[in-house]
Amino acid sequence: MSLDRETIVRIAKLARIDVEDSEIDGLASELNNILDWVETLNSIPTEGVEPMVGVGVSKAPLRMDNTNDGDIAEAVLANAPDPAPPYFTVPKVIE
Amino acid sequence: MSKSELLQLDIATAGKGLRDGDFTAIELTEAYLDAVEASRELNIFITETPDRAMADAVAADKSIKAGTSSKMTGMPIGMKDLFCTQGIKTTAASNILGEFIPPYESTISARLKAAGTILLGKTNLDEFAMGSSNTTSAFGAAINPWELTEDKKPLTPGGSSGGSAAAVAAGAAIAATGTDTGGSIRQPAAFCGIVGMKPTYGRCSRWGVVAFASSLDQAGPFARTVRDAAIMLETMAGHDPKDSTSAAQATPNFEALIDGGVKGMRVGIPKEYRVEDMPEEIDSIWRRGIEMVTAAGAEVVEVSLPMTMSALPTYYIVAPAEASANLARYDGVRYGARVEGDDLNGMYSATRGQGFGKEVRRRIMIGTYVLSAGYYDAYYKKAQRVRTLISQDFDNAFHSVDALLTPTTPGAAFPIGEKEDDPISMYLNDVFTVPASLAGLPAISVPVGSNENGLPLGLQIIGRPFDEGSVFRLGQALEDAAQFDKRPRLTLEGFK
Repeated sequence: MSLDRETIVRIAKLARIDVEDSEIDGLASELNNILDWVETLNSIPTEGVEPMVGVGVSKAPLRMDNTNDGDIAEAVLANAPDPAPPYFTVPKVIE
Repeated sequence: MSKSELLQLDIATAGKGLRDGDFTAIELTEAYLDAVEASRELNIFITETPDRAMADAVAADKSIKAGTSSKMTGMPIGMKDLFCTQGIKTTAASNILGEFIPPYESTISARLKAAGTILLGKTNLDEFAMGSSNTTSAFGAAINPWELTEDKKPLTPGGSSGGSAAAVAAGAAIAATGTDTGGSIRQPAAFCGIVGMKPTYGRCSRWGVVAFASSLDQAGPFARTVRDAAIMLETMAGHDPKDSTSAAQATPNFEALIDGGVKGMRVGIPKEYRVEDMPEEIDSIWRRGIEMVTAAGAEVVEVSLPMTMSALPTYYIVAPAEASANLARYDGVRYGARVEGDDLNGMYSATRGQGFGKEVRRRIMIGTYVLSAGYYDAYYKKAQRVRTLISQDFDNAFHSVDALLTPTTPGAAFPIGEKEDDPISMYLNDVFTVPASLAGLPAISVPVGSNENGLPLGLQIIGRPFDEGSVFRLGQALEDAAQFDKRPRLTLEGFK
């Protein structure tokens, strides 16, 4: 499997990362090298093997769905770029 | 006691001196603040916090006087700048966090604060902890206080917790926190000639630690001795309801578990770690380590971990996949540096395109690809299945042995700038550390000797889940036998 320019542009779009046109070929070659390398895993038989999602996570711990904090809008907004308290702001999304 | 004498003390001896009234936490802190200043050329700290340190010292002296102190009270430490610290800028060594000042405190830093430690500052790291040389930091690489004898090119302290390791090695902190996803505590500890411990996954809370790969990230201590690492881990560890993956396990008295020796312990030597082209210096330090634990009374047996060489490729699917999800939160909306765009998606893409460095972008894109429709099963699911096999290898080995002894790294610290052209050659730094990360096992790196250039080399001990005790005991046996007392050439005047 080899990534072409078009795929790189698609991945960058999915990841919401601007990539300069001049960077695409370099990225394609780097990512292809990494993918070629990780594809060595294909030679390992894994039929019937359960996927491991993490360590010690077989049973998710449960807790009561209670409110345990709140009323901290000021703290939540303290690091926001260009806030309009008590709101975050984003570029206009509705025409 | 003179400042330079104070800087020689480790946690165990400084704690005794503080409690006996030989010196105060204020005196100890002043000595370290001088050391922090004197070591600035090493680019160890992203943010120094001298005012906070002095306030902490005043509080520590009060608590010592009142008899309410802990073993960590009065200890001046460095905090990897991946732990959120309330009111103190936290960067993850990335431009994308901008001037982010957390309104909350990570559980680990809160526990250390409550125990009376003194915060010297936030230490340098690879951006979002992604790297093995500290060179991906947006604030420039930290420099290893050890230097090559001949060409004197600055050396990497390793990564990602390079600043923390360099701080402890240079004598600019008595100990420091790190995080380890694939080797980010153990590899820098080996490169800097100090002790670094990654506990069992779940032992330390991840709450308030900037996330990289959530199924792998684990906090741990850097220290000058195995005993110090045990003392510090005891303060850091413990169940935290705020982290659903934190283990509901009681924290043992790790320091007490060090003693007792290793007589009768069975130590496995995984034959697959004897890789092709292994440098003679690594093979030789490993052989010496085997002799050391044998002489201490442990029984050494060869074991097999057949999946060893699949661990790195597995890691470079799993970790980027988790990273691409975790780092989706940096969107320029709620915190961090925003770069305007034509519309919402334009703003996201511009913010992330400019805010993330090259290696982080590379990993997010790999992660995005292996999770994308049509490739999820072929890459991500496949890697998760191989991860199961890797974990089973360890389970099988632990039927016949109590712990494993391996090299920590495939070589000594290398000059900054090397291995930068080929990501995979950089990734190979973690070939011996990544398997234990994937299996969530506790592992320590202990300095055991040096190579012909005088650079330190470390050995790794890997234990069963939640059996940090055996790991510390074997670590102590190596430390006792190795008597590694060399100091870096760039050591601060007062610390020599």
